Amino acid sequence: MEEPFVKTEIRKDENIVYKRTCFLVDRPLSYCPGCGHGVVHRMLMETLEEMNIQQQTIGVSPVGCSVLAYDFMNVDMLGAAHGRAPALATAIKRMWPDKFVFTYQGDGDLAAIGTAETIHACNRGENFTIIFINNGIYGMTGGQMAPTTLPGMRSSTSPYGRDVLTMGYPLKITELIAHLPGVNYVTRQAVHTPSHVRKTKKAIRKAFEIQKEKKGITFIEVVSNCNSGWKMTPVQSNKWMEENMFPFYPLGDIKVDGKLVEKKETVEKE
Amino acid sequence: MGELRLMKGNEAVAEAAIRAGCDGYFGYPITPQSEVMEYLMAEKPHERTGMVVLQAESEVASINMLYGGAGTGKMVMTSSSSPGISLMQEGISYMAGAELPALVVNIVRGGPGLGTIQPSQADYFQAVKGGGHGDYKMIVLAPASVQEMCDHTKLGFELAFKYRNPVMILSDGAIGQMMEKVMLFDPIPRRSDEEVIKQNPWAATGKPANREHIIITSLDLDPAGQEKVNLKLQAKYRKMEENEVRYETLGCEDAEYLLVAFGLSARICQKSMDLARAKGIKVGLFRPITLFPFPSRSINELGRKVKGMLVVEMNAGQMIEDVRLSVGCNIKIEHFGRFGGIIPTPDEVVKALETQIIGG
Repeated sequence: MEEPFVKTEIRKDENIVYKRTCFLVDRPLSYCPGCGHGVVHRMLMETLEEMNIQQQTIGVSPVGCSVLAYDFMNVDMLGAAHGRAPALATAIKRMWPDKFVFTYQGDGDLAAIGTAETIHACNRGENFTIIFINNGIYGMTGGQMAPTTLPGMRSSTSPYGRDVLTMGYPLKITELIAHLPGVNYVTRQAVHTPSHVRKTKKAIRKAFEIQKEKKGITFIEVVSNCNSGWKMTPVQSNKWMEENMFPFYPLGDIKVDGKLVEKKETVEKE
Repeated sequence: MGELRLMKGNEAVAEAAIRAGCDGYFGYPITPQSEVMEYLMAEKPHERTGMVVLQAESEVASINMLYGGAGTGKMVMTSSSSPGISLMQEGISYMAGAELPALVVNIVRGGPGLGTIQPSQADYFQAVKGGGHGDYKMIVLAPASVQEMCDHTKLGFELAFKYRNPVMILSDGAIGQMMEKVMLFDPIPRRSDEEVIKQNPWAATGKPANREHIIITSLDLDPAGQEKVNLKLQAKYRKMEENEVRYETLGCEDAEYLLVAFGLSARICQKSMDLARAKGIKVGLFRPITLFPFPSRSINELGRKVKGMLVVEMNAGQMIEDVRLSVGCNIKIEHFGRFGGIIPTPDEVVKALETQIIGG
């Protein structure tokens, strides 16, 4: 049998440049290799560690691929019913106004079954942070059409492509939410390259800093790949995401300090 | 001690919630229970005790706010009426599964569907047999007066935390709307955040360095694990059956016949009893106060003494199934009910007793 690749002689403190944050539980993630969820989990938990707010934070996980997020995030967590995370978070924050509260939701959870809870929590200006993973598909249930599935995009319930005339249009819920007065900060990010990962982490930090000041909802959409659901390799899926998802869901800030950002025509590409 | 007031049943629930030290109310308007939130908003409980009152966008949101609040160890409640309670069933099932304490008040109106805004008892099955999915139970309290609307609110919170389980008050539009005198209990201060953390070590209150992180969920994908969860829940429900049965008997000592009724029907049956006794019929009244756990043993014992029972309900015959199961089939047990929002008269009940049980 082959020896595992462990060079113990180089495991010295002075050689360590990066390690798992203790805010992530030491256990294998349940996500497919190549999926963006693990990266977002890490950025979120690293942010909480840097702010040193483990004891001040309560999170809400959704139903979807990240239903087990509470197993990985080392903070107190509640598992919500499908789509209801913003309702839970509303009450948690009202009951414990000095805690940091976040929801972590997918597109089906946030933009289909939970549309009402999402919009009304945002419109009330609740002081919590929503992390919204948009991969245009229902991943956990096996690749069905989501509210954010692109026109023409294939899924198990749109096997010939999404026909907008019979199946409706993709919902740009992030742009919709940005117009609500209770919302302070809205941004759309990605995690497929190191520079995008850094930007996403910065956005998460900004959101939690705004939450500290109780200035309203902070909303971070992360456009992510679903290589399993899209039936591609991770590399193919990231390329497909850049070419198809980003033109429809352009990256960048949408609302900052309660003000809508002037629309830029250029689509960010790296 | 206490304070005597003339109040609507719905107002008594609201005032009792503030006095019981409730931390949060989450609700959505629906007739005939809207006075609960109206009273709360007018009373400014945020100034009185620090209690949060929030009007949600739907009953679905209300019940999930309840789930969130309860998951953090706070004392939370909602109220609604039948169609709204139907929308809440998923959330109630989740709370039972995650073992969260909360109070749900159902001011029942006639159904099915949009039905009517008049009083009814047609939600007995939904409340007692588990209206949502999965094997779960709630303790169900059935007040028959404005006084009990007040008392059961306090009791409901106590039982919810004692068993870490949702508790339902199953009332109806008449008791919610009618005014009676009520002796209000002295206010109990809300628990401090430190007390909430100390008294509810299971709750998600923020992870300190010296304990594992808390996960509030009803999910266990491993069948062996989920069976264990179910066995634990069932053991809890058996404990409720042992310890929490509540009922009231009236004139049962020499009774040859029995009226069995809960809530508003029991109030009507009190008058029917007087009318029947004036006619020389020896009739008693058995009133279950907890609908789950059901007072099966006591009804069974009475079933051996009397010749027959008339179960009076403002529905098409729901509690009668539990009465028959409790008693067996040795004596005649029949149902009399009006529905769709019609309240039976005491005379109607006496006539039903005479024709269906005594003469039947």
